[in-house]
Amino acid sequence: MNSLFSVISPIMVGPSSSHTAGAVRLGLMARNIYKNDFSKVKFVLYNSFATTGFGHGTDKGLLAGVLGYTVDDSGIKNIFDIVKDVDYSYEYAEDISRHPNSVDIIIDNKMTISGDSVGAGEIRINSINGFSVSLNGNYDTLLLMYKDKPGMISKVSDIIQKQRINIASLHCDRSAKGGTASMYLALDVPVGEDVVEKVKAISDVSFVTNIRKLK
Amino acid sequence: MAILSFSELEARCNEQNKAVYEIAQEEEALLSETEVNVVRIKVLEDLLAMKEAVKSGLTSTEKAVSGWCGDDCAKLLYRYKSNGSLFGTVFEKITEYAIATAEENLRMGRIVACPTAGSCGIVPSVIIAAGEERKISESEQINALLTAGMIGLLISNKVQLAGAVAGCQAECGVASAMAAGALSQMLGGGVREVIQASALALKNILGLTCDPVCGLVEVPCIKRNAFLAVHAVTAAELALCGVESKIPMDEIVDTLKITGQLMSPLLKETSLGGLAKTKTAQELEKKLFKK
Repeated sequence: MNSLFSVISPIMVGPSSSHTAGAVRLGLMARNIYKNDFSKVKFVLYNSFATTGFGHGTDKGLLAGVLGYTVDDSGIKNIFDIVKDVDYSYEYAEDISRHPNSVDIIIDNKMTISGDSVGAGEIRINSINGFSVSLNGNYDTLLLMYKDKPGMISKVSDIIQKQRINIASLHCDRSAKGGTASMYLALDVPVGEDVVEKVKAISDVSFVTNIRKLK
Repeated sequence: MAILSFSELEARCNEQNKAVYEIAQEEEALLSETEVNVVRIKVLEDLLAMKEAVKSGLTSTEKAVSGWCGDDCAKLLYRYKSNGSLFGTVFEKITEYAIATAEENLRMGRIVACPTAGSCGIVPSVIIAAGEERKISESEQINALLTAGMIGLLISNKVQLAGAVAGCQAECGVASAMAAGALSQMLGGGVREVIQASALALKNILGLTCDPVCGLVEVPCIKRNAFLAVHAVTAAELALCGVESKIPMDEIVDTLKITGQLMSPLLKETSLGGLAKTKTAQELEKKLFKK
């Protein structure tokens, strides 16, 4: 069961919960995932996002989100006048195999984050650099990439368990046996940077990030 | 045990002799591991933001980017001031507040999605107008908003509330069902009347498509907020008299979902069919992109 506030919130700037607020939240999640400063961002909008995004301020919302604006910020309306030092661009595409409100966010040509706006401002991040995930922004999440090999889940969960933090869900994916793998853990309490460092120290872990939930 | 259907909600209310809003706030407190009072404060924040949006909307005539809309509320205010409405001040307020809020939304102003931004005027207009006219306390208005939230939540467990997924029936239609339940609660209805009111509202709006002209949340969205707010009042009045839907609410929600699936993608927020493809809409589109 979802929260009551999924249907009587958010307090937001209009005009569309799926196409404006959802776009801002997708941008915010991409920002939380990438975490670093960036100078370039490209958005590829699909289907209904592509055909009606202009009229709903989807382009403004996505950009405002990756820049850290929250859904009720009146600055979103004038974001194109406000932004100075980020090179941003948009592409429009059709792909009926994807959700009607779908986007790829490509930051600094380094990371591609794909997600959907699933209605009433709720979102879902589906993939990060091609690895499938399912992040709705409602949980603090630990995400890592590593070389696929036995024992990785127990090493990571052991570190989390020592912090006495409950794992709400855990998912893994891999490109091929022994290839690059990804794991993400939704947590009831966020972990600190010390935990991130400990997970990084596990041999064959190439990337770890701590993704904060959306407010 | 989490409540997933309207029949379960009705059974729980009757078992525990509680109103819908009591179950709603208890379930929410349980889910978010907090106190009922914290939930009520959050609902109050939403209620106050709704009232702010109405207030701003009533005084603004700023047009949207398109230049088409933004002064309809001012027109209503002008006529009501001189002539009054045949249906009295509560009707005047509901139509004014619904359009005021929807116009704030198109200006990229601050509103509360309820359940969505395109349908943001329906629930607030009914709760705030009824609250003013009947001098209903803030606490009871919070109860009404909790009731509306519970109805929307149970529907959203089965159907994604987005025009792109199930058409406008899942946005303004669901908002109207939420408002109908909220109004029944405010006027003294029990769980039966609350659920029946939402059932009657939703049943009579099934099939409503989402075909906004040029993809903007303006035509027909803004005025539709006023129509669906009044629609909610009809449903609540019938339910409070004991009129009942022959089809139970849970089956109406299933029908909403199936109707959404049967609906052509051309009529689901793509602006590729319906009103968006009329001769006039296409002319408006040409002018808009020439700007």
